[in-house]
Amino acid sequence: MQVDTRHTDGTLIIQPRGDWSLQRPLPRFQDVLADATVPGQVQAIAFDTSGLGAWDSSLVTFLFEAAEYGRDHDLDVQTETLPDALARLVALSQAVPEEKTGGDEGPPSILSRLGTWGLEAYDELHDFVTFVGQVVRSFVGLLTFRVRMRWRQFGVVVQSSTSSALPIVTVISLLVGLILSFLGAVVLRRFGADYFVSYLVSYGMLRELGALMTAIIMAGRTGAAFAAELGSMKIAEEIDALKTLGISPIDFLVMPRVLGIVLAMPLLTVYADAIGILGGMSVAVTMLDLSVAQFLTGLLEPVVLADGLIGIFKGFVYGIIVGVAGCMRGMQTGDDASAVGDATTSAVVTGIILIVLANAIIDWAAAVFQI
Amino acid sequence: MSPDAPPIEAEDLLLAYGSFVVMRDLTFRIRRGEIFVIMGGSGSGKSTLLKHMIGLMRPSEGTLRFEGTDLWAVDEDTRSDMLRQMGVLYQQGALWSSMTLGENIALPLQEYTDLDDADIERIVALKLALVGLRGFASFYPHEISGGMQKRGALARAIALDPEVLFFDEPSSGLDPVSARRLDDLILQLRDSLDTTIVVVSHDLASIFTIADRALFLDIETKTMTALGPPKKLRDDPPNDRVHRFLTRTADTTA
Repeated sequence: MQVDTRHTDGTLIIQPRGDWSLQRPLPRFQDVLADATVPGQVQAIAFDTSGLGAWDSSLVTFLFEAAEYGRDHDLDVQTETLPDALARLVALSQAVPEEKTGGDEGPPSILSRLGTWGLEAYDELHDFVTFVGQVVRSFVGLLTFRVRMRWRQFGVVVQSSTSSALPIVTVISLLVGLILSFLGAVVLRRFGADYFVSYLVSYGMLRELGALMTAIIMAGRTGAAFAAELGSMKIAEEIDALKTLGISPIDFLVMPRVLGIVLAMPLLTVYADAIGILGGMSVAVTMLDLSVAQFLTGLLEPVVLADGLIGIFKGFVYGIIVGVAGCMRGMQTGDDASAVGDATTSAVVTGIILIVLANAIIDWAAAVFQI
Repeated sequence: MSPDAPPIEAEDLLLAYGSFVVMRDLTFRIRRGEIFVIMGGSGSGKSTLLKHMIGLMRPSEGTLRFEGTDLWAVDEDTRSDMLRQMGVLYQQGALWSSMTLGENIALPLQEYTDLDDADIERIVALKLALVGLRGFASFYPHEISGGMQKRGALARAIALDPEVLFFDEPSSGLDPVSARRLDDLILQLRDSLDTTIVVVSHDLASIFTIADRALFLDIETKTMTALGPPKKLRDDPPNDRVHRFLTRTADTTA
């Protein structure tokens, strides 16, 4: 792969020599031009291929750059001096390109990126509010019998969100109850207040952790499944097919899923509370030498109904969040292969962030109203 | 591999999915530098034959030779080297959607050459220019039209200067203008790159435009029943089904 140059009357003659292969570094036309000493102005570029051996795209790339240079500098590039196949390839590479529709503007400035980020954040909020609005409208339609519910789909969601989720909810809640009780045992023993471990476990599970842990499990399980199902349907144009039939995808696809998980979440919360307290009790009985009766008495005395109801209310709110976040991300899926994966991840992240945010708001409100 | 051997040679091929025979007794040689079209009705096994030719499926019986060497009588590394000399344009383009056009074309060059990134970028620019997509390197597949995606996929298929280029239904999903543009591009690439081209198609306009020779797969007899220049097969058909296929006439005797 060697290039010689010579000149006659303003014409730069380029002579590629030897075998050209993609397996070796490519000579650069600009470098060859810089090394060539041409007196006066170059008006034309010609080629001499008499010493050329085997060649592949490496030579065509070099000639392509020569042709590009010639075009940009108004030079006469004499491709007729090339063998036919090479001349045809260079001609093909110089054919009128497709009209571009954008891109290649270089990296955006920090200000531009900030602006884009702000606009994207606004669009995100707008989409979320719009989607919630559509779900609320659909729900009102359901209450006023204007929207027909797909009860079969609703039943499938309730079943997959309750009985199918019981094993994982059981394991996590039991472990959370155990951890709370261990924590209480270590701290409360120092103050001789072992008896209050049941209060700590039951208060923690009923008001906070029963609903919170269940919601996080459901965001990763059911919310992600909603996003993947609806995302796949979007890519397969199934959602478009619904729209063209005049069927609202919110009524048809979203509503049964959201209502299904909204019903399932409070039920799962109650179950998680019970399992968590059971786990806590097992530690209290084995490590703190409390009897079951003492544990239950310590639980029932200070804990009031409101604690349990707040937990159930949280479960209800988290159910709405998990359902809406999963369905919204599914409906927003793009149309490439990675889109479903992105939608699923986004559904889980959105769900968990909103769950924690909602938890903080409900706790703040409960503190303000002394519930 | 012998330089005088035909690029692709099939001998007594039997193609089957388990016990279900798709095609049998397929014997043909593809000549160097020709455009060879595999034609036939829907379900006749055209794409199945293509999958065998590009090494995705192993024939149940018979021999498939690439440049004189039995594709399935060599070890896996040798077969990989042989397959690298084939470029394939899949029916849907099959560009990797998470990568830009430039990255799609650069990947085989990064994998199989020692070129540095700057040289690879230069070759990517050339390949895109050859298919009329100059300046589209930074575009993702979903940002361009279906016809452009196919041409982008073609640029990827010719990245490593293949000996044989395979096209699976190149005009599928394209409007007539884009389909004819792709046909012109196939002809130009054959003329300039001197590459052997194998096309699976049932698009008659495309077959008559680009094919030097065509092989007809007959769904009823489950074998090849015609091989030759398509115009000759149309004017002098060896059997009624070839005649009906090439003149777009329905079988009214059924």
